[in-house]
Amino acid sequence: MPAYINSIGNISPQHSLDNNLFLEEIVDQYGSHLTCKEPNYRDYIAGANLRRMSRVIKLGVSAAKICLEEAQVDNPDAIIVGTGLGCMEDTDKFLSAIYESNEEIISPTQFIQSTHNSVASQIAIMLGCNNYNFTYVHRGFSFESALFDALLQFAEDESVKNILLGGIDEITPNYLSITGRLRQWKPNEYSQLSLLANHLRGSLPGEGAAFFMLGSEQGPHTYAQLQAVGMRYKPADESDITRFITQFLAGQDLDIQDIDLVLLGLNGNTELDKVYYRVRDLLFKHNHLGYFKHLCGEYKTATAFGMWLAAQILHKQRVPEVVKLEPFQAKKINNVLIYNNYSNINHSLLLLRNV
Amino acid sequence: MGMVSAIGFDVPQALHALRHCQTGIGPIRFLHTRHRGMLPAAEVKASDDDLATMLGLDDIRDFSRTALLGMMAAREAAAHARLHEQPYLRTGIVSATSVGGIDKSEVFFGEFLKDQARGGDLHHMVSHDCGDSTERIADDLGIKDFVSTISTACSSSANAIMLGARLIKAGMLDRVLVGGSDAITRYTLNGFNSLRIVDEHWCRPFDQNRNGLNLGEAAAYLVLESARAVEESRKTPLAELSGFGNANDAYHQTASSPDGAGALRAMQLALHQSGLTASHIDYINAHGTATPNNDLSEGQALKNLFKDYLPRFSSTKSYTGHTLAAAGSVEAVISVLSLQHGIIIPNLNFKDPITELEIAPVVAFEEGIALRSILSNSFGFGGNCSAMIFSSC
Repeated sequence: MPAYINSIGNISPQHSLDNNLFLEEIVDQYGSHLTCKEPNYRDYIAGANLRRMSRVIKLGVSAAKICLEEAQVDNPDAIIVGTGLGCMEDTDKFLSAIYESNEEIISPTQFIQSTHNSVASQIAIMLGCNNYNFTYVHRGFSFESALFDALLQFAEDESVKNILLGGIDEITPNYLSITGRLRQWKPNEYSQLSLLANHLRGSLPGEGAAFFMLGSEQGPHTYAQLQAVGMRYKPADESDITRFITQFLAGQDLDIQDIDLVLLGLNGNTELDKVYYRVRDLLFKHNHLGYFKHLCGEYKTATAFGMWLAAQILHKQRVPEVVKLEPFQAKKINNVLIYNNYSNINHSLLLLRNV
Repeated sequence: MGMVSAIGFDVPQALHALRHCQTGIGPIRFLHTRHRGMLPAAEVKASDDDLATMLGLDDIRDFSRTALLGMMAAREAAAHARLHEQPYLRTGIVSATSVGGIDKSEVFFGEFLKDQARGGDLHHMVSHDCGDSTERIADDLGIKDFVSTISTACSSSANAIMLGARLIKAGMLDRVLVGGSDAITRYTLNGFNSLRIVDEHWCRPFDQNRNGLNLGEAAAYLVLESARAVEESRKTPLAELSGFGNANDAYHQTASSPDGAGALRAMQLALHQSGLTASHIDYINAHGTATPNNDLSEGQALKNLFKDYLPRFSSTKSYTGHTLAAAGSVEAVISVLSLQHGIIIPNLNFKDPITELEIAPVVAFEEGIALRSILSNSFGFGGNCSAMIFSSC
């Protein structure tokens, strides 16, 4: 069942905190990774709590707070979070403490905060919210599973009105170091806005915390409608992917030509990006195309940034030039499709519609 | 159903141990830790290499212990449900884990801390994330139609079971493999020990002098099928998942509220969904970790729900240890065994009731009982509370 995107709280490598602004000023960090433009956390979290929280929890709780305030909802019917890697900073710290102390009694703080459900539970504690609380942790399906669950809940129970939902992942020094050794990222410093022109091996690591208030009814700030979410695990070949996409659209009574903008999860990894280009050639030759990972980087919940982008495009009826894969003049934008794949394993589709 | 735990490599072995009141908790034999010889644990009685041999795998450098245990239990569940007989049905997997591949990450980390540029075998990091074990199980069994992973601390696999049931109910899948896997690791052993909630002796759930949990490891999976799939295959279902509830205690990151508000709400939601009343519950498989905080809070919530008619209850963590993300599905398997065989598994090591509660668990094995419905509780860090009701068919 579709849901309305009634508010947004997005902390990303771009200036995305203020929902009235929309990529008027583009951030290029000229480095080898993208990190979030962090807010002043004191604006969102009380001092005593702030000191205890790790960075990822601060990111998540702040993004959730921005979202809750815009929606003017203080007790959502559900809190659902998707995160690929959870709280890595605390995991690193606690593992280090185990080694450094040789398993003596150590402070439990990092252990307590390192569980994957920490962000969702901290939000629940902050709100005193006893309702449904879930955390999904499945690679490139983490955020999609959260969306899927939310849409299912609206369909199951008409008393469910508001669901707070987010996608969050953080970059830590050890993450960069280890995944760097696995040769996942382009080396050296470069202009990230020209990510797709950089043909060195690998992609661009990023991070973000994007929260959304999904509603069964429209609110005063509704951005767009989330129409459907699709997931396809390890498709056999390209025709399997195109079948997945056409069947997904058919399920919404749409044809390819009804899609006014397709946002692709291109991430600069030339090997993996081939899949997107082949799917473009097979399906989207006549569609307007955009991409977004040069703005947020690659991470397991990057589609949460993609959903923010799609919602803002529909709301503001404007496709920023930086998002366009090739130049085009957009007419009225009614349907935006996000097609992403994580390592060619977790393929996903998000369909957003103008309200 | 399939299960590998400290009380056996499969469900029949576990049933045998439970019938004979044999605990799987004992001295640590396999985990490399300084606490060996001091803290007991409920280990699966096999090394990673032993598990690989049993699974017929040659090269397990990329496999976490969580994945190995998960594959073993999932294979048993798939064979038991004869999944291969109806390959045309839409089949998914919803799995749960809290540690993921941290057993391998902690091996890597020791070397990595000494030399960040070269230290540690990168094979050990491939399986770090929680999705890894789920995908290995999915690939092993050829499951593709829905693949996801849940991590809500010690309530994780109960939530996996719930999501699976919802997917079936919504008509999105015909069958779904649900459950969870968590290996024992230095990370979690030291974590719970740093909170000072690990007992140096056998754990004593619901006892006045309980002094913490024993950490365990396990994987357990169940196959949920739609009524249509069951009808078509003419299988006899083992039990019906008749209700479930999910709530958050919203009290503290690790401690439960004194009155167990989240626990009570989860149980009420489960009862409401099942259409049953409290009087239909014949036995409760409690969360019962044997920490001072959990058992008092859970006991209070049970008293608030059932008032003067508290059904028989026990904690089977005195056999399996606390298997974290797998606990919900381990106890779901034990609950279904209880329904199937008309048995109640007693709580071990109980002597004196908690003074504030004055309630006592079942302490002797009972057989030949017609059980209608069983309530199974799973609670976790972060206030995540889940309750499920299994009913006889």
